[in-house]
Amino acid sequence: MTPTWVRLAELGASVLFILALKGLSSPKTARRGNLLGAAGATIATIVAFFYGEKFYGGPIQHLPLIIVATAIGSVIGWIAAKRVQMTQMPQMVALFNGVGGGAAAVVSTIEFLSAGNPAQTRAALAATVFTVLVGSVSFTGSILTFMKLQELMTSRPVVIPAGRYITSLVGLLTIGSAIVLVTWLDSAGNASSSILFVLLGLSLIMGLLLVLPVGGADVPIVISLLNAFTGLSVAASGYVLGNVLLIVAGTLVGASGTLLTRMMAQAMGRPLTNTLFGAFTAKATTAAGPAEDRPVKSASPEDVAIMLAYARKVIIVPGYGLAVAQAQNTIRELVELLQAKGISVDYAIHPVAGRMPGHMNVLLAEANVPYEQLKEMDEINPEFAETDVALVVGANDVVNPAARNDPSAPIYGMPILNVDQAQQVVFLKRSMRPGFAGIENEVLFDPRTSLLFGDAKESLTKVVSAVKNL
Amino acid sequence: MDAIALLTIFVLSIFVGIEVVSKVSAVLHTPLMSGANAIHGVVLVGAILVTGKANTTLELGLGLAAIVLAAINMVGGFVVTDRMLEMFKPKPRDGEAK
Repeated sequence: MTPTWVRLAELGASVLFILALKGLSSPKTARRGNLLGAAGATIATIVAFFYGEKFYGGPIQHLPLIIVATAIGSVIGWIAAKRVQMTQMPQMVALFNGVGGGAAAVVSTIEFLSAGNPAQTRAALAATVFTVLVGSVSFTGSILTFMKLQELMTSRPVVIPAGRYITSLVGLLTIGSAIVLVTWLDSAGNASSSILFVLLGLSLIMGLLLVLPVGGADVPIVISLLNAFTGLSVAASGYVLGNVLLIVAGTLVGASGTLLTRMMAQAMGRPLTNTLFGAFTAKATTAAGPAEDRPVKSASPEDVAIMLAYARKVIIVPGYGLAVAQAQNTIRELVELLQAKGISVDYAIHPVAGRMPGHMNVLLAEANVPYEQLKEMDEINPEFAETDVALVVGANDVVNPAARNDPSAPIYGMPILNVDQAQQVVFLKRSMRPGFAGIENEVLFDPRTSLLFGDAKESLTKVVSAVKNL
Repeated sequence: MDAIALLTIFVLSIFVGIEVVSKVSAVLHTPLMSGANAIHGVVLVGAILVTGKANTTLELGLGLAAIVLAAINMVGGFVVTDRMLEMFKPKPRDGEAK
C-alpha cells in the first residue's frame, strides 16, 4: 500500500486544485489560483516517486530515465509557453491539451499491457477502454484544431465526400471494438491486447474525423470540449491505476470544462450539438456570397480622422486583425487622443472577439487599456443606436448581421455587436477577404460604411497623426 | 480501494468541479480553460507510476513518451496561464477613466 504521508500529500494537492479552479473564476484571485494549481501539481509529481516498494514491486525502476523524461517535457513546455505570442495562445492551449490526452491514453495502455490481465476487473477494463478512446480522440482532435488555428491548413469546415457515412462507420467500429475488448476474454481470462491497439488506431482516426468538419468560430468551443474530454480521460486512467488524485483532478477538469464549454457555446448562441454535427449537414456553399464586385466606399486616413474627431460618441470594435497587426498600443493612443478632445470612447468586446472568449481582454490588457473601458456585448449593444462612429478594427464575423438575418449562414444565431445601428461605420481591413467563418458581411456595402484598407497598425498610425494635425 | 469508494469520489468531484466555476465571468473563460488544461497535466503522476514498474522495453518506451507529453501539458499549461493572467493584474496607472 502507498505510504500514508504520500496519500495525505495527494489529498493536499487535490485541495489545491479545487482552490485553483475557484481562484481562476475571479479576476482578483486568478493569478494566485493558477499558482496554487502549479503548487499542487508539483507536490503530486514529487510524491509519485515515493509510492514505495509494494506499488513498484521493488525500488522504483528506470529512475534516471524518468527524471530525464520529466525534465525534457518540462523544458519543452516551459519554452513553448514563454515563446508563444499572445495572439497564438489558443492554439497553444489546444496543443498542450492534446498531448495531455495522448499521455492519458498511453498510461492506460501500459497498465493494460503490464497488469497481467486476469487481475483486471471488467470495470477496470471499461475504464481502460474509455481512457484510450477519449484520450486518443482528444489527442488527434486537438492537434487538428492547432493546425487550423495556426493556419497550417484551412480554417473552413472540411467536408469530405460521404463524410457522414465514413464517420459513422468508424464510430461504430470504434464502439464495437471497445465492447469486444471489455466483454471477450480468451481461455486464460485475458482481454486481447491486439484489439486494444485496433481501438487505439480507430480512436485516433475518430478524433480527426470529428474535428475536420468543424470550422471557423466554432473551433474555440471544440478546444474547450476536448479539454473536458482529456480531463475525463485522466480521471478514467486514475480509476485504472486506483489513484484517487488522478480521479479527482481529472473529474474536476472534466466537469468544469463541460460547464465552461456550454457557457462558451451559449455566448456564441449555438447549441453544442450544432457545433459538433452542424458541419455534417451544412453545405459549404454559403461561404461564397453573391457580392463579388459590389461597390464599397473607401476612405483615407484623413477622412477617418475627421469623422472620429467630430463625433461625440465613438465605439471601438477590436477584432483578431488588430491583434495580428500588434496594433493594441496604437489603438490605445488613438483612444486617448479622442478622449482628450472630450469624446466618449468605449471598447465593445464581443464574447469571442479574438479567437476565444476573453482572448481580446487579455490582448488589450497587455496593451494597458484600462479595464473599465472594455464593455461587454450586452452592456454596449443598446448604445450603438446613439453612437456617431463605430470603428471596427480587424473584426468581421462578430459584427456580421448575417448572424441575425440569414438562417443559412454558418454563424446564424450567434449574438453580434450591432454596429449597423451606428450613424457611421468605419472598417479597418486588410482586404475584402471575409472573416474566419468565411461569410460575406453586408455592412461593408452599406452607404454609411467607409473602409480604410491596409494593415491595422499602419492605418491606425496614419489616423493618429491625422487626428493630431487637425 | 474498492470500486464504490472510487465511484463516490468521482461523483462528488463532478459536483465540486461544476460548483467552483459556475460564477466565472466571460473575461476569464480563456485563462480558466487554460488553467484547467494545466491541471489535467497531473496525468504526469500516472505516467511516472506506470513507467516506474515497466517490465518490457515497449512499456518503458511508451511510459517515457507519456512522461514527456504529460510534462509538456503540465508545465506549459501553468506557464502560459500565468502569462495570460499577468495582464490582468492592476497596473499603477493614473486612471483618468471617465
